[in-house]
Amino acid sequence: MSSIPMIEQTAGKGAARAAQRGLGARRRGAPGGTMRRPGFLTYGFLGAVLLGSVFPLWWSFLVGSHDSSVISKGVPMIPGGNFLANAASVLDSIPFWKALGNSIIVSTVTAASVVLFSTLAGFAFAKLRFRGSKGLLVFVIATMAVPTQLGVVPLFIVMAKLGWTGSLWAVIVPGIVTAFGVFWMTQYLRDALPDELIEAVRIDGASMIKAFWYVGLPAARPAAAMLALFTFVATWTNFFWPFIVLDPSNPTLPVALQLLQAAHFVDYSIVLAGAVLSTIPLLLLFAVAGRQLVSGIMQGAVKG
Amino acid sequence: MAVTDRVQSPPPNTNRRTSRDTSVKRLAFSQKVSKWDVKLSPYLYISPFFLLFAITGLFPLLYTAWVSLHSWNLIGGQGEFTALENYEFVLAQPFFWNAVGNTFSIFLLSSVPQVVLAIAIAAVLDANLRARTFWRMGVLVPFVVAPVAVGLIFNNLFADQAGLFNELLTGIGLDPVRWHSDSLASHAAIATMVNFRWTGYNALIFLAAMQAIPRDVYEAATIDGAGRLRQFFSVTVPMLRPTIIFVVITATIGGLQIFDEARVFDQAGLGGADRQWQTLTMYIWELGWGQRNFGRASAVAWLLFLIIVVIAMANFLITRRIANQGGRR
Repeated sequence: MSSIPMIEQTAGKGAARAAQRGLGARRRGAPGGTMRRPGFLTYGFLGAVLLGSVFPLWWSFLVGSHDSSVISKGVPMIPGGNFLANAASVLDSIPFWKALGNSIIVSTVTAASVVLFSTLAGFAFAKLRFRGSKGLLVFVIATMAVPTQLGVVPLFIVMAKLGWTGSLWAVIVPGIVTAFGVFWMTQYLRDALPDELIEAVRIDGASMIKAFWYVGLPAARPAAAMLALFTFVATWTNFFWPFIVLDPSNPTLPVALQLLQAAHFVDYSIVLAGAVLSTIPLLLLFAVAGRQLVSGIMQGAVKG
Repeated sequence: MAVTDRVQSPPPNTNRRTSRDTSVKRLAFSQKVSKWDVKLSPYLYISPFFLLFAITGLFPLLYTAWVSLHSWNLIGGQGEFTALENYEFVLAQPFFWNAVGNTFSIFLLSSVPQVVLAIAIAAVLDANLRARTFWRMGVLVPFVVAPVAVGLIFNNLFADQAGLFNELLTGIGLDPVRWHSDSLASHAAIATMVNFRWTGYNALIFLAAMQAIPRDVYEAATIDGAGRLRQFFSVTVPMLRPTIIFVVITATIGGLQIFDEARVFDQAGLGGADRQWQTLTMYIWELGWGQRNFGRASAVAWLLFLIIVVIAMANFLITRRIANQGGRR
């Protein structure tokens, strides 16, 4: 689309440099060139933002840790002791463990395949010369602007014809490649992998696939890790398509979670206990890989 | 390789001449292979993407157009060709226009404050902070909460009776807001969920762009006597223009497809008793899987696609114009 030059400008530039530099090292100094430490107002504002980011989660834990009879009289600001009981009712009313397993399978497989195919294509676009490469790359970028969500009806028809509705294949296959992944790896490898290195390997007699395997892949590793992380989170939180194509008895986590509320009587202490339970896995991932996620976004990630 | 083979294993009993001949042939052959390797490999490496994308991305998009021109039932499958009848039907529906209005309202309520707030947060994060990584990770926490979970949590916070927000409002002597029945209030509530999830993410994108601004521009501004606020509006914001365009366009594409948060804002999932907050994507779902009419659902999908293209183009033209003017100055 017409937004291509702009996306290139913002999203790709300096991705390699930023990754090498790492998260911590940046030019010191606030705007104005001073080394001045910011004051109370700055930290106050940030504290408020942080509170806004975390409070809804804390709130759902509060509600989820009380009995529903307590909730109806107003929520106390200290957690109650009912969380495990509520969590047990969640496990009784939705196939939670099955959904958790499904989410892990779907997200892992999708992330792995996106990384593999994107790195292959990105290596070709960034480092190999071939006829039509420019045009094809523009096509890849243009498709990033096309919302895949709009093809749900035919996608559903295809899945129904294949007999895949209700199975995890129906969720995995449409996510198996992304234009964003190809674009991301192309941008990264263009800067991170010197042409001379490939030439050297080629002169030593390595085939193309060996050059990819021994030189391309190792160079791509940091960007590949981030792409995997992003794809994993995006697939995990995805709702619309799994909701359409999966059976309530074989759901992913968001689909299962939504079932909690579909009952006629809504018990919020159970619904929000479920929300907490479903968020814990990604919070754990965030605790481990949050730094990478931050630096990945700062290299110009695009919403999936 | 062929050469070393010959040196290492001189076949004692056979004729040396023949051995050399085959190795020369082998050398030529391997050269040919290498040539094909160079020529074909790139296409081989990009083909998985293009093949799979053609099947899972491009084909459905085009097939949507085909389906939209037929009467098509979820159970019965393809019916007769009806030309533009589905489009005529949909465009005559009040619910369609209601969904268009809701989508735009929610989209504006979410994207405008989101971009403004994200720039402000980025500006603060750009300061010489202590525990920088901690703050950056802090604003990103909502990003790992699934939209459905966000929807459920805020559905509780925005509850009409005894919801936290209404408690606070009545606490300071105001009337409670009917979040689930007033149209605009429900849009504000859903927009809040979207903002909750994406503001920190966008702030980090802006932060990255801010750090790319050369520091000597600020030094020059300081020498010219510009204060920090003036510097922010006269230096930082104009220099962020490409990033702002980028964020606005991605927010547009995402914002016009809102489904998850709106879907779980009540139990029925149709967007309220009078469809006060039914978005276009929810309408597609209702037509396709509620009423089992795939033809009409596809017609709405294509209309939504056209709307997105038009808005994205308009966005781009407007912002480019502003950017050009900025460049000339």
